[in-house]
Amino acid sequence: MSASVERQVRQPRTGSRAGRLVSIVVVLVVLVAIWEGYKLVWLEMGWIRPVRPDDTTMPHVWDMVIELFRPVRRGGGLLILDLASRSLYTLREALVGFVIGGVFGFSLSVLFVRSTLMERAFMPYVVASQTIPIIAIAPMVVVWGGRLDIPQWMSISIISAYLTFFPVVINALRGLRSPDPSAMELMRSYAAKPSEVLWKLQVPAALPFIFTALKISATASVIGALIGELPAGSGDGLGRALLTFSQQFGARSVKLYATVIVTAIVGIVFVTAVTLAERRLVTEGARQEMELRPQTI
Amino acid sequence: MTTMTQMVRASNVGKVFGSGNEAVEALKGINLSIHQGEFVSLIGPSGCGKSTLLRLIGDLVAPTSGELEVNSKTPHQARLDRDYGIVFQKSTLLDWRTVAKNVELPLEIMDQDDRQATASRMLELVQLAGFKDHYPWQLSGGMQQRVSIARALAFSPSLLLMDEPFGALDEMTRELMQQEVLRLWKETQTTVVFVTHSIPEAVFLSTRVVVMSARPGQISAEIETALPHPRNEDTRESQAYYDKITEVREALRRGDNTP
Repeated sequence: MSASVERQVRQPRTGSRAGRLVSIVVVLVVLVAIWEGYKLVWLEMGWIRPVRPDDTTMPHVWDMVIELFRPVRRGGGLLILDLASRSLYTLREALVGFVIGGVFGFSLSVLFVRSTLMERAFMPYVVASQTIPIIAIAPMVVVWGGRLDIPQWMSISIISAYLTFFPVVINALRGLRSPDPSAMELMRSYAAKPSEVLWKLQVPAALPFIFTALKISATASVIGALIGELPAGSGDGLGRALLTFSQQFGARSVKLYATVIVTAIVGIVFVTAVTLAERRLVTEGARQEMELRPQTI
Repeated sequence: MTTMTQMVRASNVGKVFGSGNEAVEALKGINLSIHQGEFVSLIGPSGCGKSTLLRLIGDLVAPTSGELEVNSKTPHQARLDRDYGIVFQKSTLLDWRTVAKNVELPLEIMDQDDRQATASRMLELVQLAGFKDHYPWQLSGGMQQRVSIARALAFSPSLLLMDEPFGALDEMTRELMQQEVLRLWKETQTTVVFVTHSIPEAVFLSTRVVVMSARPGQISAEIETALPHPRNEDTRESQAYYDKITEVREALRRGDNTP
């Protein structure tokens, strides 16, 4: 490591917590301004392409927010409360799916790093599994789960896990293989057991890779849960709300927009939680090594 | 010499990498014996198999022919008994561990007690006591290599294998580190096998220099350096030192059978 590189990586990350918050808010304001600006100008000029900015296709941002504080239906509870309980339901499905997928993906990567034969035999199927549309798999899993008397949310979690294990396998495998060959020889010179090589060398080296995968998986698990809810006919999650409100889009689109916002927040909360866990678990050294290493994939 | 224990004994050892048409004979007919307490350097052009020979001793690769004993055992048994510590050209420190935790790594694997105390003692030995809570990437290359040496010596192995440990260091640091290694060798009374491609380094450090030639890798000469201890800056300026360097250089040239 040359001195100049050292100096570069030792610099603290730019931006304080407050600074980061400000930048997020600024981007949000700009996005809202573009949305509302488009609406304003296109209405004024009478333009209708690419999108006619009427209140169905492009409702005002504040109308979306206001909608959250209106009753879902006449005499019902507020939309935001309904969506909050749905969010928790979906988040539970996603979280369980994320854990199942993560553990399964990590286990596969350990199996593959131990045995090239297993990797050669199974890796093509792991890749193929992701080319099958989740929309096709979801009803099968729900039906099978129903036959086996598995709770419905559990079936949905399995659909979610189906989407989440893949990034974990690929990245964890690369991470487990990332230690320098001489570090592996060093462990051999200590006559270390395979499990010690795994837990003291390979897994810590793989952590930055695994967390990259987990961030992808966190969003994928929410998507998987939403899609899983559709064929399940599950009435308690966000997926059902998205389906119902999209059917009412022509009449009252703000509900769908409001639900989309809430769904996005669920995803963001999940990814943020993973990022916080990463900060705790991955030491500065490993993180900087990760940033220094040329990315070859 | 005959009364001393043999730390390494090789008789007619050969190593072939690959097979068929692509077979490469890395080592051929290696006869070598290294006694306890010796400091032996392996020197030769690239491709002479000096690193391979070191790896054979460490049971990191297996010989294809001949007989090899380390500490009067098979190299495999010697490795299982943790008879040797090894230092590579790269320090191979684990970035997520502090300096002290890196030195403790072999002790954890060997399930030894008093790991912290041992690590502190080793870091004192390599004069890095003040850096135990630093991370490897906060240290200079020379300091990283000191940590790596402390780690190799932490479990008091009877043999220390060093594979071009100072190859990536600048000349100034390199000479300092040579002095350090000699001091550690004296203090710990470890047998050292040291791979290098630097003639002055081999002569300054060793009790004996093993000169190797390439294609196939063979031992072409063994030269006792016979320089007095302690060796220091005066040694580097002495006539005897220059004469030995010349002797090794000429032996290397004789062994070089490329046209």
